[in-house]
Amino acid sequence: MNPDFLYAIRTCPALDPAVRDDFPMTGIQSHGKPFAYLNNAATTLKPLPVLEAMDRYYREYGSPIHRGADRIAHKATTAFESVRRTVARFLGTPHPEAVVFTGGTTAGLNLVCLSYGELVVGAGDEVVVTPNEHHANYVPWQQLCRRKNAKLVLAPLDANGCLQPEALESVMTERTRIVACSHITNVMGAAMDLRALAAVVHRHGAVIVVDGAQGVVHERPDVVGWDIDFYAFSGHKLYGPTGVGVLYGRPALLEKMPPVVMGGEMIDIVDVYETSFREPPWRFEAGTLPVAEVIGLGAAIDYVLELGYCGMQKKVLGLTERAVRGLSGLENVHVYNPENAFSGVLSFNIRGVHPHDASSVYDREGIALRAGHHCSQPTMRWLGVGATLRASFAIYNDDSEVDRLIEASKKAGDFLDVLF
Amino acid sequence: MYSSDLYRQIIMDHYQNPRNHHLTENPDYCTVRLKNPSCGDDITVQVCLCGGRVADCRQNGSGCSICCSSASMMSELLREKSVEEALELVACFRQMVMGEPCDLDMLEEAQSLAGVANLPPRVNCATLAWQAAERGILQAAAEGVEQGAPGELADGIEEAR
Repeated sequence: MNPDFLYAIRTCPALDPAVRDDFPMTGIQSHGKPFAYLNNAATTLKPLPVLEAMDRYYREYGSPIHRGADRIAHKATTAFESVRRTVARFLGTPHPEAVVFTGGTTAGLNLVCLSYGELVVGAGDEVVVTPNEHHANYVPWQQLCRRKNAKLVLAPLDANGCLQPEALESVMTERTRIVACSHITNVMGAAMDLRALAAVVHRHGAVIVVDGAQGVVHERPDVVGWDIDFYAFSGHKLYGPTGVGVLYGRPALLEKMPPVVMGGEMIDIVDVYETSFREPPWRFEAGTLPVAEVIGLGAAIDYVLELGYCGMQKKVLGLTERAVRGLSGLENVHVYNPENAFSGVLSFNIRGVHPHDASSVYDREGIALRAGHHCSQPTMRWLGVGATLRASFAIYNDDSEVDRLIEASKKAGDFLDVLF
Repeated sequence: MYSSDLYRQIIMDHYQNPRNHHLTENPDYCTVRLKNPSCGDDITVQVCLCGGRVADCRQNGSGCSICCSSASMMSELLREKSVEEALELVACFRQMVMGEPCDLDMLEEAQSLAGVANLPPRVNCATLAWQAAERGILQAAAEGVEQGAPGELADGIEEAR
């Protein structure tokens, strides 16, 4: 991570600690102890403005969008479409029509693969991924390559799990059609310089598809400034609701792409034997979308923009560095990614203790974290382990929760205690 | 009646010194591999029926202490039981870890895992091998796959990695 960037984060104003009170779930207990939610890379807790926006839709104007001529339905449609503009501004594009609402990051990445990938990848072509992708940004490309008799190429990563532009350059060929990588990876928490990677990709005439599920939480994307072709993210990791996500696509590319799911609202004219389809983004939004969730996503984006990314980054960096210091100081702990504190993701293991055994010790202390392969078996292979523990931090966490994580880690060797 | 210290010793002993953990390539065995996708537990169980009895039960895999010790205890318990008894033991173990009443003594050392009933997220770890054995026994019984002579059991058993 660029030292100047980290310095800028450290020197920005701190978030008001009262942010924690915006999240009702921070007040619950687990096993009789205050609940310490440290599984934020899986999903985040939701703030009141998001809950209230969704509740308001259901209580006051829960009507169909694009499917009613009445005043209330119009209000719902307007609210829904205004989120598209909010998302476009958030991502740094002047084109709301470049924003496709999806079910989440996975759905967005699969859409790119099944529509654009099917269109441009042929026998002998190459698709580049990294060995640290989440299954959602790995398996679709792997399977596409199998179907097309194309080659799946793994770009080499540095010791911190970061894809450096030179390393990407080394695997690019004239047959490379697509490069799929994460903005921030979900196990190592490595943050990529997407602007530099996109430049390499475009120099070779390929397109870059970004899994933004983790990245969007910690660094505001600038799809136009960074020259990104596709960027997918989910609402639920960004303090928004589950069941909704966004796929940004470069308008010229979306224009060329055929729809994958057919149904209501995505059509133009349906003749007996032929159908013409609407323009993007509606072409890709068949059926009734999760309206309340889209409205909740809009509220989540408003919420994070109000807090400001710099303050959020400072908070998460501080918590993660505290955890790295504390855990690295323990004899029985191995931390896999001490250099990636910016991402708020900390992957580690207790020596001699299976992560799933350890996870019950944390659970008993009221701490939620994740144990397993984190939907990225390729990363486990890359690390040479079967599974890890992963603690991940968010803006509502505090130092006392980090300290509880460290204390519990000291006792993780007594994992059979939870049975008695 | 066992004490919790003894239970701990039993579990750790099976975890660190797993029983019957060499798999075989003998085609008379019915092999079932099950995974717990959320945590990565991965257990292979092999059963061999002979004369309506479980002549042999083997297991190998990777996972947490609960998953692996459970598989090891099971492999000892099911041996030499009739198909009906073995299926009853599987059902009994499942009841125990779900916190439902059952005849604990029947489970012998496997009752050391009774505390799993207080750890709902770990129930799947404990039952994975038992589920595999149940499937293997039913499959073998349905296919009528039976070992010819009991004396040949050790044939083709390979050292696991």
